Amino acid sequence: MSAPPLIEVRNLSRHFGLFKALSNVSVSFAPNQLTAIIGPNGAGKSTFFNVLSGAMPPTNGQVLFEGQDITALQPHAYARRGIAKSFQITNVFKQLSVHENVRVAAQMRYSRYALFKPRSQIGEAIDEADALLERVGLTALRNKTVADLAHGQQRSLEIAMALAAKPKLLLMDEPTAGMSPEETASMMELITALAKERTVILVEHKMKLVMGICERLIVLHHGEFLAQGTADEIRNNDEVRRVYLGQG
Amino acid sequence: MNLPAIVNGIARHRVAAVLLFLLVFPLVMPYEALAVNILIFGLFAVGFNLVFGYTGMLSFGHAAFLGVGGYLTGIAMVHFGIHWLPAIAVGVLASLLAGLIVGYLAIRTRGIYFSMVTLALGQVIYYIFYKAERWTGGENGLRGIRVEAIELFGFRLDFLNPITKYYIIWVFVALALWVVSRILASPFGAVIEAIRENEKRTVACGYDVARAKLLIFVISAGVCGLAGALRALHLSVVPVDSLHYLQSGQAVMMCLLGGMGSFFGPFVGAAVFLYLEDIVTTMTKHWMAVVGLLFMGLVLFFPRGIWGSFLHKLVQRGILHGERA
Repeated sequence: MSAPPLIEVRNLSRHFGLFKALSNVSVSFAPNQLTAIIGPNGAGKSTFFNVLSGAMPPTNGQVLFEGQDITALQPHAYARRGIAKSFQITNVFKQLSVHENVRVAAQMRYSRYALFKPRSQIGEAIDEADALLERVGLTALRNKTVADLAHGQQRSLEIAMALAAKPKLLLMDEPTAGMSPEETASMMELITALAKERTVILVEHKMKLVMGICERLIVLHHGEFLAQGTADEIRNNDEVRRVYLGQG
Repeated sequence: MNLPAIVNGIARHRVAAVLLFLLVFPLVMPYEALAVNILIFGLFAVGFNLVFGYTGMLSFGHAAFLGVGGYLTGIAMVHFGIHWLPAIAVGVLASLLAGLIVGYLAIRTRGIYFSMVTLALGQVIYYIFYKAERWTGGENGLRGIRVEAIELFGFRLDFLNPITKYYIIWVFVALALWVVSRILASPFGAVIEAIRENEKRTVACGYDVARAKLLIFVISAGVCGLAGALRALHLSVVPVDSLHYLQSGQAVMMCLLGGMGSFFGPFVGAAVFLYLEDIVTTMTKHWMAVVGLLFMGLVLFFPRGIWGSFLHKLVQRGILHGERA
């Protein structure tokens, strides 16, 4: 239990003008744990994710990753430290091929500004991209232009790209949004498998889904920390029932 | 050998193919000076396209780099008596520096703001050169850039002979196209295309997008600067118009005409633009009206441009592999 946290936030706040999207949230995440952030619409889940991934600087508070304060780093530096995010709205390179999408993501660790090396010489990135496509089941579509892919396939590609950075922390923003029940089931299987090798935090709307697979849940409400615990603890928490579960 | 094999073979060796074509190009042109012009503006458009077509940033200030390259080459030769070859290097270095300054200031903005900032900075450079009359000749342009002959390994090449001049300039263009092609085929080339497709995601992948944009902007400025330097030698004068924003607009038009997404498209665009200009201006003085109509027609019916549409057809028919287009 006393393993040092991989990532920790202290007194995190994010305001948009007078609107407090996040106020004074402090939580930490142990390595190799699967955690879900839940909460009603407007609870501050997406803002919390944006701050964790470096996309948005907090108004107040600190983000500590592996014990170091990374709050002031640039967004791309978060990614280089080992924090990857898969987006809620599919966010890929539409006019590039499936393989190129993943390769560009993997290539970051090998070659960023090499101007004269042919692409064919970054063999590691090419092989890693192929292995990841195999893992998410897109090998057959390797050379297709991404714009021609179905929605669910683009979601899978999204995950492969996030994994290509070999992240220590994987943030997944509604990974099953817009997926069919079959696709959702296989995505959940994939997430469970991924969480065995690294820390995964996900934001998810479908409560039943996360209750089934997550070791720990964190509930946000109106931008504030409300509760945390196992699925059972959350289910039996009176305050949570009142603001969230009671609604459905 | 069947057709797809031949087409894909050509696509694989695109630089060699382009250069071979440019070797015989003067033979199909009505006169050599036009061929030289197309060669130079083709290079200008290819350099501009690095920023526009490949990285997705619409700069309206690239005439600045064409002009700076030309002027500094000219100033080095006329005022300092420097030999033409190192003078070209001076021009290219100056345009790289100008690219660094303009790029540094402009890349923090996006979309229309980026276009406006580059336009404004381009005009600033225009007025600096316009006012520095003692060095640049002001309104009259910089005159007196004379290269009569080139001594090479004991041979004497007559630079006043247009066909000889074409092939000498061809050597420089060949070198630049090779460099550009290598850069586009590199891992970095994939990064700039990724920026064009989705900047936010490129950042999330861990790339310092501001730095990558600045790097390609500076490279682009250098290529355009080389085009300017070669033009100074070709015309033996640097007209002040070469810095004007209309010249920047021409680069945009050439890229759209030929096809901004491809390596050779801008060259095709430059060739068509200048060839038509040459024909139409002998018939009417309303050349810009013809350009306007042509431009509208292309944007409406062939948004991929002439070369881009041709490549797209080849891909659709399964003759060319998509990735190579």
